[in-house]
Formats: sequence, C-alpha cells, structure tokens
Amino acid sequence: MRPFTYTRAATPAEAIGSAARIIAGGTNLLDLMKHQVETPDRLCDVNHVGLDRVERDGDGLRIGALVRNSDLAADDAVRTDWPLLSRAILAGASGQIRNRATTGGNLMQRTRCYYFYDIDAPCNKREPGSGCAAIGGRTRLHAILGASDQCIATYPGDMAVALSALDATVEVEGPEGRREIAATAFHRLPGTTPERDTELRPGEMILSVRLPAPLGGRQIYRKVRDRRSYAFALVSVAAAVGMKDGRMETVRLAFGSVAAKPWRAIEAEAMLAGQAPSADLFDRAADVVLAGAQGYGDNDFKIPLLRRTMRAVLAEATQETM
Amino acid sequence: MPDPIELTLRHQMNSRDERNLLDHTVQGIVGSPLDRPEGPLKVRGTATYADEDHPPGTVYGWLVRSTVGKGWVVGLNTSELRAMPGVLAVIRDDRLIRNPAQGQAGKAPYQGPAEVFYKGQPIAVVVAETMEQARDAALAARAQYDDRTDKGVFTPERASYETPPKKQATQGDLDKEMDAAAFRVDLEYTTPTMSHSAMEPHAAVAWWEDGQLKVRGSYQMLKHNVEELADALGISPKKVRILSPYVGGGFGSKLGISHEAVGAAIAAQKVGRPVAIALHRRQVYETTMRRSESRQRVRLACDRDGQLTAVGHEAWVSNLPGERFSEPVTQATPFTYRGENRLIGHHVGRLNITAAGSMRAPGEAIGVPVTEAALDELAEAAGLCPVELRLRNIPDKDPTTGKPYSGNRLADCLRRGAESFGWADRPQPGTRRDGEWLIGMGMTSAIRVNMLENSAARVTLAADGTALVETDMTDIGTGSYAILTQIAAEVLGLPMDRVTTMLGDSDLPASSGSGGSFGAASAGSSVMLAAQAVRDRLAERMGCDPGELTLKDGTAIAGNRQRQIVDLLAGDSLQGTGEIEPGTTSQDHRQACWGAQFAEVAVSSVTGEVQVRRLSAVFATGRILNPKTARSQCIGGMIFGIGQALHEEVMTDPRDGGFVNRDLAEYHIPANLDVPHIDVEFLDDRDPYANPMQAKGIGELACCGTAGAIVNAIANATGKRFHHFPVTLDKVLAKLD
Repeated sequence: MRPFTYTRAATPAEAIGSAARIIAGGTNLLDLMKHQVETPDRLCDVNHVGLDRVERDGDGLRIGALVRNSDLAADDAVRTDWPLLSRAILAGASGQIRNRATTGGNLMQRTRCYYFYDIDAPCNKREPGSGCAAIGGRTRLHAILGASDQCIATYPGDMAVALSALDATVEVEGPEGRREIAATAFHRLPGTTPERDTELRPGEMILSVRLPAPLGGRQIYRKVRDRRSYAFALVSVAAAVGMKDGRMETVRLAFGSVAAKPWRAIEAEAMLAGQAPSADLFDRAADVVLAGAQGYGDNDFKIPLLRRTMRAVLAEATQETM
Repeated sequence: MPDPIELTLRHQMNSRDERNLLDHTVQGIVGSPLDRPEGPLKVRGTATYADEDHPPGTVYGWLVRSTVGKGWVVGLNTSELRAMPGVLAVIRDDRLIRNPAQGQAGKAPYQGPAEVFYKGQPIAVVVAETMEQARDAALAARAQYDDRTDKGVFTPERASYETPPKKQATQGDLDKEMDAAAFRVDLEYTTPTMSHSAMEPHAAVAWWEDGQLKVRGSYQMLKHNVEELADALGISPKKVRILSPYVGGGFGSKLGISHEAVGAAIAAQKVGRPVAIALHRRQVYETTMRRSESRQRVRLACDRDGQLTAVGHEAWVSNLPGERFSEPVTQATPFTYRGENRLIGHHVGRLNITAAGSMRAPGEAIGVPVTEAALDELAEAAGLCPVELRLRNIPDKDPTTGKPYSGNRLADCLRRGAESFGWADRPQPGTRRDGEWLIGMGMTSAIRVNMLENSAARVTLAADGTALVETDMTDIGTGSYAILTQIAAEVLGLPMDRVTTMLGDSDLPASSGSGGSFGAASAGSSVMLAAQAVRDRLAERMGCDPGELTLKDGTAIAGNRQRQIVDLLAGDSLQGTGEIEPGTTSQDHRQACWGAQFAEVAVSSVTGEVQVRRLSAVFATGRILNPKTARSQCIGGMIFGIGQALHEEVMTDPRDGGFVNRDLAEYHIPANLDVPHIDVEFLDDRDPYANPMQAKGIGELACCGTAGAIVNAIANATGKRFHHFPVTLDKVLAKLD
C-alpha cells in the first residue's frame, strides 16, 4: 500500500468537492489499494457524516448513502414493500462484508475482472490505452451484453440490479449542486472509456438512494453462481411482476453480471406487459434481451443460462398463487 | 533436579502385533472423543502461529514476482527500489529457490532466481522496515527479461509426455479382453489443477544467533525441512532450528521448505536483523505447490456375472521441468478390485506452471473418484446395482502382487453404508424430481494406501507424576496434540491434565511429520513406545511383568498390590525414548484404509447448479484414537471432496500460464451453504500389521472417493454422465434439455 493522507469528514459538505477518494465501508477500495489497482493520495472517510438512515419519502423511501447493507436488507419497510431489494442484498457477499458495506459504496463497487486486479496485465479500465487482457484470456465472469473491444468487464454487484429494476434514483451532490441519476443510468457501458464505471463526476458524492412507491406484485431475485454463497453472480435476474386478470400488468426485469452495468430489459418488459404468461412468450422476450449477446469463450454459457433463468423466474413470478 | 533415568524402546514392524497394548490399558482415554488440549488457545486467538511472534527488531520481506511465463531475468531496477522509503535490501541471491521442496525431499529444491520457469516465480526479495513498505517496493519492481514466453508450454495439450518405464504395469491382455468381454466402458476424464488453500498463508520469520539460524515457520515435516533449508543455504543442518508449534492447515502445501523460509534466512543474514516473510494469498496460489491436472483413461470390462475381467487406468499429469514428483493417480488401481487383465499407465508432461506436489491424498484423491465413476457406468451397462458390482469384485488378496491384505473391510463398509444411507431407495436415473430439482443418489468406495514412517518421541514421567511428551511432530489442525497426549496418558495411566505435549520444534526427537495420513500412526506409535519404556520400568519397580501391570489415575496395580506411581518413582524421573520403524509388514502385506461413501444431490433443471443434500460415509481404518478429531478429519476430507466434485479449479491463462483466480474469492472451495449434513461412522477395526497401536490413516481416506459419489449421484439425477471435474453448472447446462 502506498502512503496516503487520511481525513475524516464530519459532514457531507466536507467530502463534497474534495479531490480525495471517498471511503466508507472500504470492503472493495482497501483491496484495490493493497493491490495498487487504485493508488489514491488522499482518502476522505465519510463513515461519520450521518446519512445513515432509511426514511419515508412520500410513498417511497430515502436510503442514506451510509446505511449498511445488513441494515438495509433487514429494514421492515424494505422487506415489506421492496422485498426485491432485500433479497438482492442478502444474495451478495458474506454477513461480515454486508455489515460493513454501505449503500453508496456498494454502487461504487468495481469489476471483479481477474485482469483488472492484476497490475502486471494490460487493462483499459485500470490504465486507459493499455489494452484488454481479458479478451483472449479467461472470461468466466465476463460480459455478454454491452461490451466493447476495449473492455468486457461486468459490474458484479447484486443490490444495484434490484435498484435498477425498482426504478430507484441516486441522489448525488457536487460542487455544482445536487442532481439525481436514475439507477439504470448510474453505471456506464465501457465504449471507448471503460475507465469510467459510473456517471458520478469528480467531486460528487452519493447522498442517498431513493425508491419510488412500492410496485407490489411478486418480486424475485435469483442469483446463479458457482457456489451457494460468497461468490459473484454468473447471471442474476431481478424481476417484479404484478398480475391482473391473468395478465402481466407491471413487469420489471433486470440482469446482473452480464454487462458493465445492471442490465435493465425495458424492451422485454414492454413486450411482456399486458400479455398472458406463456413459455413461448418468455422465450421471445429472452430473444429480445439476448439480441446482440456475445460470448468470449469461457462465458459463452451465460447466454443460455440467462435465457433459462429468466424463463424460470418469470414462470415463478406469474404462477397463480395456491 | 536430578537427571532423568533414560530408557529406550525401539520397534520395527516386522511381524504382526500380538500384544495389542491399547486394548489392555484401562485409563479409557484412547478411543474417547476428547477435546483438543490446545483448542482454547486457538479459539481465543492466543495460539501463536508462525507469523504471530516476532523477535524484537524484526523487519519484513516481500517476494518480487516474475511477470513473464518463461525466460531470464536480465535486470532489475534495484537502485530505484533501494531508494524507496524504509527499504533495507533488494536481494537477488542464487540460493533463492524456484519452488518449494517436495515432501520428504531432505534437500534443497531447484535454486536460482535468474531463470524464469513460470509466471509468478519469485525473482527477488525486498526487505523493508515495515511490511507495507516492503510490499510497495516489491510492486514497484520492474525486471528486464529475456522473455521466452512464446516458447513456454502452458497447457497440457501442448506438453510432450514422458512415460517412465517403472511406472507402467501390465498383466494379461487388456485390449483382447476389452474386445471379448460382455460389458465394457472406455472413458476419458479430466481433473483440473487444484490448490490446497490452507487457511494460514505460508509464513516464516528467520533470525541468526551466533551463526545459528532459527526459523519460526509453518511446516509439516521439520526433520526434512531442517535439511532442506540447510542445503538451500549451504550450511550444516546442525545450525538450523525450526519452530512450528501451530500450523494453520497444510494439506501437503507445507511439506517442504518454501520461499518464505529461504528468503527470510538469506535476508536476515544480509540485513543483520530478524526478517519475517508472509506470503500474500496470491503468492500462496502461484508460487507454492499445486495438485497437477490430470487426464485419465479408464477401461473396464466384466463378464455376465459382473466379475471384472479388465482394468485399465492410464494417467497424464504434469510438473515443472526437473521435478521428480508426479501425482500417482493410479495408486489404488492395482489392488482394489479383481481383474486378470490389467494395465497401469503413467505419463508426465512438462509445463511452465508452478510446481506440482502432494496435496491431500496425492494419487487416490483424483484417481479413485475417476475409476469409481467409470465403475458406475459399467454397473449401468451390466444392469447391476453399483454396490453389488463392487461387492462381487473384492479380491481375497492383492490381485496384482498376490500378497495378502493386512485386512480388507471394504465389503463391510459398503454393506453398512448402503444400509444406513438408505441406498435401496435410489431412483432410476433421471426420474426423481423436487420441483425444478432433479434428485439422485450415488456411491463410491474409498481407498487409500496406509503408511508408516520412521518416528521418534520422548516421554518423561516426572517425579511428581506428571508427564511430558516431546517430539518434532506437527499439528496441522488434525489433532496431533490431542492424540499424542491421549496415547501417553493411556499407557501411563494418567488423566489427560497431567500430561503435556510439546510439538513443532526441530530440536525435539525427529518424527515422521504430518503427511500422507501417516502422522498419527507413526508419531503416535513412537509416543506409545516411549511411554511403554517408562511403563516397563514401573512394572519392574512393582516387581511384576509388564503384562501384569495396570496403571490408572496415577495408581499402579499388580495382582492384589496397589501403589501410587509417585511412590514408585521415589523422586526419580523416568525418560523413555520411543522409536518406530517400518519393517517387513508393509512389504509382505497390502495395507490400505477402506471406506464407502454415499451422496444425494439435487441438480437444477433450470440452471445446472448442483447441491449436495446428504453425504454419508463408513470407514474401516484401524483403531480410532479419538473419535472426535477423527470424525472432524473425515468431515473435512469429505468437504474437500465436495470442492473437488463441484467447485475447485485453478484457471490458468493459456497465453502465459498465469493463475487468474488466485484468491479465496475466485478459487472456490465449498462455503457453509454448500455443505450438507454429513454422517461419518467408523467400524470397529484393528490392523495388527500396521503398527503397535493397530491404527491407520484417516484424513486423506475421507476425500478419496467423495467426488466420485457426487458425480455418480449427478448421473443418477440427470441421466447424463460428466467426465470433466469440477462439474460446474455450465457443463451440466450443456447436457440439459
């Protein structure tokens, strides 16, 4: 680890606009620093700025950026009205990590691409212009959607997939004021600038995540992985489906670990909404999601895996209750 | 205190043990499920592992890794690194080792950091005041290479294989029988490179005192490690002392001296201060030992009665150039089942991938699951129950050598295991469902050779009636402290709390060390002999034959006479040295450990995910010294097997051989949720040819087969066969409708 200066902010204002790298739970950043994937000169610790409450926000909810993952997953309102979020969080990491990790920090989690973590390997995300070692290398964790020839990394988290499906927004503040970014637009596809994971601008800090009014319906988060806990998703599916008179009324569908961002399937949702559920329809919706999907060898299986998991999740979500 | 009275008892296993001492002692400690005496220290975090006790003034070393897969180091930015904060030295010493020593090598491994044989190979050591400074400087190291990565061989497909003549065997005519037999299978399997992944990373702190080297390290076999380290440094073994009081898991990865000890010793010499080197988890993966990948061809044939007539098992494994070890994949195949026509093949390829060495049950761990999976396919072809097929093929003597078994309880294990697991309820393949989950059952025999090694120990019965056990044996989490204390207490008729055991100091009598599941049998026998020497002297003082003496709770009893042991000692202390040596019983008898394992799995018909729902095993492996630690060993071994079946695989980059998943987040071993309820049962067993305790190896046996039971259960669940380990969901998915 390289030497750095450490300051502890007492209020959000002390962190906003600072050139320092913000640290909260540190569950990802500390590893990145130990490996020198990131080498910030200055750290600003925001663990003591407040922003650690879950509050009613009209019909919705405002989740402070410093709310710990464990607390958020266990929150009564979240469990009752946004169960998808609770389920997604509990599918991630380990109990110890969730106790430490924060809402804002989790959004800022970086990719788990093996080569991103290896400072001896070329990586456009870590060192723009150096190349992408993953292409032509080992790609079990890598993207099948929205990748570019610069970068095929995935966003590995679970919570953000649920937030995308739930149409959450991320409230941020920078030197130029506050703004809200849709959760679906918060993370970026690599294009030619894979070094930028998110739309957060320099000096901006995440203040909260806002959830709109509850969607109701059946909410399922299914995470498919190489072991039953403490493994990043190979594919995850977040679905919220409300039924009316045997037809799907509201449909929300997002996928994790298939792209550099949570992959919200707006087109497939539109195709499903208003229709009666059927295996054939789910299959056609999967065709829509997977149009343009590309495997890189090791991860080719993610394409059929996404299809199968999506069909099963939709079937479960639309099943008549006993 | 007066000098102790020294007594010696040596025993070589040249004949069947008739005395069976441990069945005639009455303290009731051996065979009891006692807690580990050091358990509270470990639970409280006060057991000091290698890197947790530094002499004053200790500084820190960090290994610099090669970033190319093959080539030569022709330069390093040494002066730049030397100028970094806290840096004391940058060491490129010809004595640095390429890879750790193989188990029981007793000499230095290949040395010299200039030639690069694999990516990640240590090429220098940076020493600094703090660990962080050392690491920072090591990460700033920039070597110039004569890069020959394009000449490297990084995948088995590109390797050329040697066929060592001594490792081939044929009997009868396999090809002919394969053509003629009623039922046959001819199958090819692969198993991946695996890594031990012990919880404690390799670590050592070294310091010099008056020309003597002391090392606190994490090692399994101190008498060999002293010789290996001395040889690496070019000094006499008499000048080296190694301390390994606690070892946080080894599984074979700490059998031989490794980079951290050699690097720390050289660095300590150079900077004149104690130097600690703890490997980073990544370095543990990429520079210590791995288990070789394997390709295995299995040919089996049987007649209409299910009698095996042909057994062919050929294996292709790999190692670095020059390494003599090669995974003995076929080790159990010559002696487990009938078959007049038999072929054993062994082929070694040379890869530019970190060295292959022993990992828990080298050979059987990956060979047995494969042959047992092939047997399952043969049973299906022959229309026989897999248990029945095995029962019909248990020979009455070693079918290859004609030697008698020291004992063969395989049939008992199979029958008992089938009954307690509920094997009769096994579904027809692909017919049982629980929602989206396909349910299946599978089984395997468990087989592992049994070994005995030279081992010595000292037991001192002090005048106050307390005893001290001393040996350089290690406890790598297996329970050595517990069982050695129990054995001494049992033989001397003392409660556990009056016996103390000191381990893990190379100045103590030289033991077998921990490895090959021979530690309990070897070190345990030496402790038993040492205590027996003391006991014999107590008998003499009682005026009776040793066979007439009963010792219990500090009291000696002979006929109708009873005396306190303390009174018999009369101010003396008795010091027994016990030495066990293997003898002819390991040559004239086929000694093995036996078991049967049963698994129930659920396979998702949607995602291909596999969950193990139940695991159950019955083992017959001689006297069980401590059922609690033995059971823990078996559970651990079976979890190892779950990992092997479903999770574990080192992924290497085909372009340079680099390990890409070199941490515990990405190298998957089973997490708690992956581990179901596990039943372990031991048959009451004795092996009089094994050693005077009539005990055998345990820890490795438990993982020899588990993965086979699991893949057989997957086949029963899905109706599909999987030949490539681990059976990850993508492989299942490819065969699902």
